[in-house]
Amino acid sequence: MAELKLPVSEEEIRKLKVGDFVELTGRMITGRDAAHKWLMEDVREDVLPYMKDTVIYHCGPVIAENDDGTYDFVAAGPTTSIREEPYQADVIGRYGLRGVIGKGGMADKTLAGLGEHGAVYLHAIGGAAQVLARAIPSVERVFMLDEFGVPEALWVIEVDKFPVVVSMDSHGNSLHDKVEADSKAKLRELLGL
Amino acid sequence: MPAYDSLVEIFVELIRRASTELPADVIKALEEGKEKETESGLADKALGTILNNIEMARSTSAPICQDTGTPVVWIHHPVGVSTRALAAQFETAVNEATQRRFLRPNAVDTLTGRNTGTGAGRGIPFIHFEEWDEERIKVRMILKGGGSENVGAQYRLPEARIKAGRDLEGVRRAVLDAVFEAQGKGCAPGVLGVCIGGDRVSAFEMSKRQILRPLVDTNPIPELAELEERLLKEGNELGVGPMGFGGETTLLAVKIGILDRLPACYFVTVTYMCWADRKAAVSIDEAGEATWLS
Repeated sequence: MAELKLPVSEEEIRKLKVGDFVELTGRMITGRDAAHKWLMEDVREDVLPYMKDTVIYHCGPVIAENDDGTYDFVAAGPTTSIREEPYQADVIGRYGLRGVIGKGGMADKTLAGLGEHGAVYLHAIGGAAQVLARAIPSVERVFMLDEFGVPEALWVIEVDKFPVVVSMDSHGNSLHDKVEADSKAKLRELLGL
Repeated sequence: MPAYDSLVEIFVELIRRASTELPADVIKALEEGKEKETESGLADKALGTILNNIEMARSTSAPICQDTGTPVVWIHHPVGVSTRALAAQFETAVNEATQRRFLRPNAVDTLTGRNTGTGAGRGIPFIHFEEWDEERIKVRMILKGGGSENVGAQYRLPEARIKAGRDLEGVRRAVLDAVFEAQGKGCAPGVLGVCIGGDRVSAFEMSKRQILRPLVDTNPIPELAELEERLLKEGNELGVGPMGFGGETTLLAVKIGILDRLPACYFVTVTYMCWADRKAAVSIDEAGEATWLS
């Protein structure tokens, strides 16, 4: 399994291919539905440095607040990514992201955006909230916690050997498109369509 | 009948069990699925991570999945019990379980977009009551995640696109189409709860109720038992695989319930439950003693 340090260069990202296992180490940020809408409503200057050359994780975690005001990730698996399809390619372009982590894959606009900007879609194991929370040893800071609530806030986190699979790469390949096409052929056979 | 407020602790424990421990039959089905996959392939690795995650959650009493779902609850109660009081105690238990992080604050005000912060909200938890002749209270619950809820479907037969008529062959076609449409987005491998017939509301309730059944039971209606078996086999032949990575294991079980219908209506309703098939059940006797049923 390849290890990938964050932040990461465009050159490194373009080497990744669909089907690669990767372990991520370094700083990344979480963001889901409310965050993507908010990130495109304006250029959020204070968040920009936390997104450039790293990845955004589609995750709404369970959080524990410690007595000293720090936070821990208690459960942190990926959420379904396709809801961010209208925003994702533009968010990647505007904030200089090198990747997206989520589940279920994304569609054509995002796939084109990955190619254009040099980024990848990384699939985490849906529901594996404990395995993944354990790969998040610390929380650096949080944006929009009061406004969005715990699951929707943007959490800046440190990850250590965070396991993912490249399911959409920067060369126009998507594992999701392939599985969908294969299963569609099988469905038509089963139904005689 | 025990004092209502003594039930809160039992309900919290019910929620803890459901959120942090999967039933043995679900774990067994996932292990059997892993054996069918090519070693070290994407599907094998996905199921390996899933099985590790289940054990980690159990040993630390932490949520299996961060989306701790909607508590969907069925309560059988003796004659004379206040269902309003039971509902209030259950809501208190949801608040408490959220405080103790067995649940994520998971209720969002649909108008303002704000999280209620308590785990409860309008329509959450969702509780069904049924009076019975016994003196004990039986509570059964599933925690229904949102990702899988989004891939649930309701078909209105006939449906020309998939050549589905108003018969069991039409039902088969609709269910296979739903499995295809879901791909890996409902966190495959999933469990399908299906309802044939009913109206748009009763059918979804009945399809969710199927999720309570053990994975390996046999449907008492022979035609449905046969269809369940066939759909499990054919659903897996679609090759969507764990997480939609491609593979042998797309479904863990298919369970079908049936309701009568109006002459004009023929619904096929599919609830998709993710691999984190979280459920728990308890029986509470007159003295307030709890017996865990799963």
